[in-house]
Amino acid sequence: MSDLPEGVRPLTPEEAKTRRKRSVAIALTLGALVLIFFVLTIAKLGPQVLQRPL
Amino acid sequence: MTSLSNSLSADAGRVSLPSAAGGEVADFFALLKPRVMVLVIFTALVGMVVSDATVNPVIAAISLLMIAVGAGASGCLNMWWDADIDALMTRTAKRPIPDGRIRPDEALTFGIVLSVGSVLILGLASNWLAAGLLAFTIVFYAVIYSMWLKRATAQNIVIGGAAGALPPVVGQAAVTGHVGIESLVLFAIIFIWTPPHFWALALVKSGEYARAGIPMMPNVAGPDSTRRQIVWYSLLLAPLGLLPVWLGFGGWLYAAVGVLGGLGMLAGAVQVYRLREGESERKAAMGLFAFSILYLFLLFSALLAEQGLGLFRAVAA
Repeated sequence: MSDLPEGVRPLTPEEAKTRRKRSVAIALTLGALVLIFFVLTIAKLGPQVLQRPL
Repeated sequence: MTSLSNSLSADAGRVSLPSAAGGEVADFFALLKPRVMVLVIFTALVGMVVSDATVNPVIAAISLLMIAVGAGASGCLNMWWDADIDALMTRTAKRPIPDGRIRPDEALTFGIVLSVGSVLILGLASNWLAAGLLAFTIVFYAVIYSMWLKRATAQNIVIGGAAGALPPVVGQAAVTGHVGIESLVLFAIIFIWTPPHFWALALVKSGEYARAGIPMMPNVAGPDSTRRQIVWYSLLLAPLGLLPVWLGFGGWLYAAVGVLGGLGMLAGAVQVYRLREGESERKAAMGLFAFSILYLFLLFSALLAEQGLGLFRAVAA
């Protein structure tokens, strides 16, 4: 723990648990954003997106 | 520099700020005022449905979600700004910031990120008129109402009510690209509904508002003047609530709900005006407060049922 900057302390187990939950929530939110942008793009392009020369 | 190095260390996930608040995910969700968000989703959805527009349901759903997130963000910014007075009132003292579960700077960052994100995504999903209206709603609520009107004038919730009345307008703009008479009428109904709704509560909670230094109407003009104004606003609201019938987008079901609900609001307002002492005074005010929520909910539900579920039967031949 000697590498900690002055004036800060290690997280308690409870704080670490809370922080982990927050990190998971942020990850899920980012995943939802990716999904929203993907679905939005497909919806904007319309059914033509499937009609392309093979 | 100390705070910067603390923040960097905190980002590394190994240490925490000395004053770190251990905000849970649920606390951040509470910052969005979820109950208000539900009301916003509901009224914005009605604004979309009465527009009779043909729109991709996915785009409509994403737009609705962004309107809700934008409303939540403005609620978050409101809680950040009002944390000092929230701590003084029993109704709000347990909110995440005054209760010490979330730091003010965390709430501010959260609110700004969600505000900008929701406006941008709404613009990309639907159109920039809707995005602009959502941005205006957020700024109006967080800045004009929270930072200025709320602590400055007894007309705070009258003027500030515009923010709560805008979601149907944003909803219609999102699916049509313009603002039509339908959503403007819904705006007017919510706008005129707001004063009797909030003042009924303010009559009961006037002691708490006085302690927090908020100039609500009962504290500034007195309870009797507030009661008179509640009656006037209810007299205006009852016929205004029937405007959708006159304009042709409210049918028989809506007309029945509008007439009965309008009469109910008037009866409640008269009770508040008549009963001025003891427990009956409190009961009358809380009765009107509760009924006003039911009234608005039923009005909008009737429109949703008629326009969304095909139950519309025109009143005029």
